[in-house]
Amino acid sequence: MSELNVELDQEGYLKNLNEWTKDIGETIASQESIEMTDHHWKVVDYLQEQERNEVALSIRKVGKSGVVTIKEFYSLFPKGPLKTSSKIAGIPKPKSCI
Amino acid sequence: MKELLILGAGTSGTMMANHLKRELSDDEWNISIVDQEEIHYYQPGFLFLPFDTYKPKHVKKSIDKFIPTGVKLIREKIERIDKENDTVILKNDTKLKYDILIIATGTDIAPQEIEGMLCDNWQKNIFDFYTFDGAKKLRNKLREWEGGKLVVHIAEMPIKCPVAPLEFAFLADSYFLDKKMRDKVEITYVTPMSGAFTKPVATKELSYLLDQKNINIVADFNIERVDSENNKIIDYGGEEVEYDLLVTVPTNMGDEMIERSGFGDELNYVPTNKTTLQTKVKENIFAIGDATNIPASKAGSVAHFESEVLTENILRFIKGEDLKEEFDGHANCFIETGHGKALLIDFNYTQEPVKGTFPFSHIGPLSLLKETHMNHMGKLAFRWVYWNMLIKGRHIPFISNAMSEDGKEIEKK
Repeated sequence: MSELNVELDQEGYLKNLNEWTKDIGETIASQESIEMTDHHWKVVDYLQEQERNEVALSIRKVGKSGVVTIKEFYSLFPKGPLKTSSKIAGIPKPKSCI
Repeated sequence: MKELLILGAGTSGTMMANHLKRELSDDEWNISIVDQEEIHYYQPGFLFLPFDTYKPKHVKKSIDKFIPTGVKLIREKIERIDKENDTVILKNDTKLKYDILIIATGTDIAPQEIEGMLCDNWQKNIFDFYTFDGAKKLRNKLREWEGGKLVVHIAEMPIKCPVAPLEFAFLADSYFLDKKMRDKVEITYVTPMSGAFTKPVATKELSYLLDQKNINIVADFNIERVDSENNKIIDYGGEEVEYDLLVTVPTNMGDEMIERSGFGDELNYVPTNKTTLQTKVKENIFAIGDATNIPASKAGSVAHFESEVLTENILRFIKGEDLKEEFDGHANCFIETGHGKALLIDFNYTQEPVKGTFPFSHIGPLSLLKETHMNHMGKLAFRWVYWNMLIKGRHIPFISNAMSEDGKEIEKK
């Protein structure tokens, strides 16, 4: 994504959250065919806050955040919501140990 | 006399009892450890029980056999921690005052967290293998199973030993081939992650294993419920996977005692500093192993490396010195791939698993991220290491608590 001038990993996730801007989030969202609403941005804010506090994210945690229920999370970011929302929020893809 | 109290006599708690008994003066410190259980299980062995590779006797010994002389073992259920009064309250109302507390209560499966999982078919065609009972009953089922759709499933992360379900799928392929019935079994691996492998180097090096073993993958599957009447699991997005035999790793949760004590996250894990292992609950409370919320793998090897850092930090805490921010998330795990072979991975918070040799550069004898028979022998030998060295808190030669970069093919950035 050279036009945004940020470094991405091979799968399109931002390497450095500090380089994230709302425009970048918007561009990634449109590539994922997601039209961002206030509710989407609230989820993004929550994810970024957790990432800055070094808290590992899970669907359960997002569902209990008070920001969004799991069902809503799926309707906002269909199919793999944590993966897609993480990409838009500029935080790393959820990973296991291998 | 001062009191050091350890909650939980599993892998972590037992290691800490052994380390601290050696390090603390008998004239100044009493050490006690609380656990209601009688049996210490070798949990890595649960993977081999269902396939009849290990017998039950290989994976269980008496808890007290590993508690050092001079450490008091209290067999009682823990009610809660009263952090304000530096006291632990037991189920029988005994109150234990402490100067330093170590929480080592681990993690357990919580199938009740998934709607429909604990149903009439639990342990009939829905099994876990993360408990001794579950692994043994699954063994009995596999002995008589005539084939069909085998679904190996992870409910949600984090789980203990994140590679174990993948190993289960690999070993199942081997097992059914040996039984000359592989053509009657369809194996599907269902994960909430983006794939069976999620890290770049492992994905590149290991993805062939799934094709080679004819294992189907369903990724990004976050289970909402089990429909046991129709033998299918359903995710929040409405996707369905049918099974004849469901081998699931249910939600893993920390001890309910953590919740009763008024701290812990949504899965009852204790908020803990990931480099010092001091909890964020109170400065005289430390945590180790699966009970913590640190972003390291929940595995015995991690607990072993943590125990060396935590021992040093407890000694520093007693002396009033700054704690060492030394724990780097080091993990070292064998991964069985079936047919007498295994992989080995060695990694930490920042370094993903890569290829190379271990523990000696260029020499090995173990190979990183590569299937070898030698790695499989290492996995089998590890049972002896566990019972005789690891839980007794003995240092394992040539393997430091901080991950070494020697012998690793690390791409320079």
